[in-house]
Amino acid sequence: MELLSFGDTGWGDEMLRACIMTFAVSVCAMSFGIILAIPFVIMKLSNSFILKLIANFFTTVVRGVPELLIIYLFFFGSSAAIMFIARIFGYNGYIEINAFIVGAFCVGIIAAAYSTEVLRGAVLAIPKGQIEASKSFGIKGKRLLFGIMIPQTLRIALPGIGNVWQLALKDTSLISVTGLVEIMRQTHISSGVTRQPFLFLITAAILYLTLTTFSNKIFIFAENKYSKGYV
Amino acid sequence: MNKLFAIIASLFFVPLTLSADWTEVRIGTEGAYPPWNGTNAAGELEGAEIDMANELCDRMGVNCTFVVQDWDGIIPALLNGKYDVIIAGMSITDERKEKVDFSVGYMTDGACLVVSGDSQMASFSPSKESINLFNTDAATKQVTGQVVALLKGKTVGVQGGTIHQNFVEQYAPSAELKTYSTQDDLNLDMGAGRLDVGLADCGAFDDYMAKADSNLTSIQPTLSGGPFGDGVGGAFRKDDDDLREMFNAAIKSALADGTIGRISKEWFGRDISM
Amino acid sequence: MNFSLIFESFLKILNGLALSLEIIVLSLILGFLASILIVLMRLSKNILFSRFSRGFIFSIRGTPLLVQIYFIYYGLAQFSFIRDSFLWIILKEPFWCGVIALTINTSAYTAEIIRSGLNAISKGQIESATAFGMTKFQTFKRILIPQALRQSIPAYSNEIILMIKSSSLVSIITIMEMTGIARKIISTTFAPIEVFIAAGIIYLFLNYLITIIFRQVEKRYSVSY
Repeated sequence: MELLSFGDTGWGDEMLRACIMTFAVSVCAMSFGIILAIPFVIMKLSNSFILKLIANFFTTVVRGVPELLIIYLFFFGSSAAIMFIARIFGYNGYIEINAFIVGAFCVGIIAAAYSTEVLRGAVLAIPKGQIEASKSFGIKGKRLLFGIMIPQTLRIALPGIGNVWQLALKDTSLISVTGLVEIMRQTHISSGVTRQPFLFLITAAILYLTLTTFSNKIFIFAENKYSKGYV
Repeated sequence: MNKLFAIIASLFFVPLTLSADWTEVRIGTEGAYPPWNGTNAAGELEGAEIDMANELCDRMGVNCTFVVQDWDGIIPALLNGKYDVIIAGMSITDERKEKVDFSVGYMTDGACLVVSGDSQMASFSPSKESINLFNTDAATKQVTGQVVALLKGKTVGVQGGTIHQNFVEQYAPSAELKTYSTQDDLNLDMGAGRLDVGLADCGAFDDYMAKADSNLTSIQPTLSGGPFGDGVGGAFRKDDDDLREMFNAAIKSALADGTIGRISKEWFGRDISM
Repeated sequence: MNFSLIFESFLKILNGLALSLEIIVLSLILGFLASILIVLMRLSKNILFSRFSRGFIFSIRGTPLLVQIYFIYYGLAQFSFIRDSFLWIILKEPFWCGVIALTINTSAYTAEIIRSGLNAISKGQIESATAFGMTKFQTFKRILIPQALRQSIPAYSNEIILMIKSSSLVSIITIMEMTGIARKIISTTFAPIEVFIAAGIIYLFLNYLITIIFRQVEKRYSVSY
């Protein structure tokens, strides 16, 4: 237990810091994922064959290839791509991309692919009657979108988004290639140095469980709150 | 346009370094290969190479920051510009020279074979206590043959993408090779008894055997030369000759006045400077 | 982008396909059997059983697979009493550690899929079965199981895809399946993008196959109400 104490001799503070890092990178990844999902949802719902094809390609590939490979590909690919773009602008130096940003980006890509499916399903699940009713009340354009469509989509998508969040949270355990010290990397370091993998893996499991349970509670609270009057 | 891009980029990516003047140097290291480079309980990097790199940076008058990177991706990330130099116990080999350029070597450590104290191999005693595979004399060849025979059919653990892996593949293809992503994982599995033989730098095993109450023991001969390369050096991108020359000068001066020797004694308990 | 390297890697990685499939299929079969046991425990009136099953599902679904794999491979091996026991015959082998971790993981998810399949069956059906004079066992066998399985097909095909993807993680415990081989190629070519694209294509193709097969299965067993 001494090993888990706080301070310079124990690993407790490092583990806690890593836990906060996992949470922070998951939040950023999830936010990025949802924002990135929006254009893909629009593309999937559009009438254009090409736009649909692009969006389907994105979601199929990202959801069909192991997360570890996606993370490696985007980890190495993103810096190559950024340097390529920089060259076009005539910038010849090297750009360091912060490990946190790369980590959030990689997991965010995965979250985006799953969120796209969730959001698309939610938009399609809005009862047609509601939209027709709104129109007959004279609600259209922006008011229809922001007043009816978006709130309804979010409400319907909430459980699905909760699942994607859990997925993203767990997938952050795979970003240790970026060098970001999240729970998994810290566990690896600590168990390597102390030769006590059992203790640190149990600690890691408890930290992940705390994060997933805690966030699950928030999602359930939100679901109950926003489904008032529907159930 | 250039400036505009730099401003936009700096909003997203920090810090931004210009390759033209080397006042800021980012050093890529693994942080999982003590005593070369490890991580302590305070979460800080420590080790012979960390001390040495700080010393070299002082001598060059540049500001250095360390960037931690898994061994798996340590060369690709250098090529992608995540950092400017690798100082991570990386041996100078021809295979790596195809992708990166090396500084002059600063330290060199033989490779050790480690076995369980109660295995039959623990009593293996060759006629030479160390062999350099660059040598072609009869005695070296004989001992090499003995080592190859010893490894035959054994489960041998190495860190993936290392000179040690190359040695087993080239010299003992009949051994069952297991590769690990870090030395720590290899040590853990060596301790668990899943491996017959472990092969790594002697210092890396010494560090493990000193810390853990294991019954592991290293056996002779220690190996060098051939696939083990020409010592350990810093690795650079091929177009950063200016930076490499800066490091070469600093390494040479730190070798000449015995600083690297002193640092290596502190961490390895012996002088392994080149 | 070096296309010849992608092609070369593709061929080399294919050598690991058999091992990958072996791990995936074995874990899926064992995991499915285990999941039935877990569901029965979950639905059992014995509080101890249902609590255990609940706790198991909760812990497995709430932690990353990577932690589970490390735990079984490195965590358990830390103790000499495990290394000296008969368990070590199995736990010594990376292959079995990988299969055990994946089996445990998929059994928890599959149990939840089956449970929600059972929940989806309307009470009326069970009541009518009883009214027709079926015993509890008959109801279970003739009404509940077939319906629950049919309900679960889409979710289970997703679980298979997740398992195919998850199997890539066992490469970290020295198993040379497809991702293990890919990592090895990278350690000499230093070209992660090309090699992982090659590996990604194979995984994508496998998952595509699963999708197609299950679409047929679903069509065959779907009943219009």
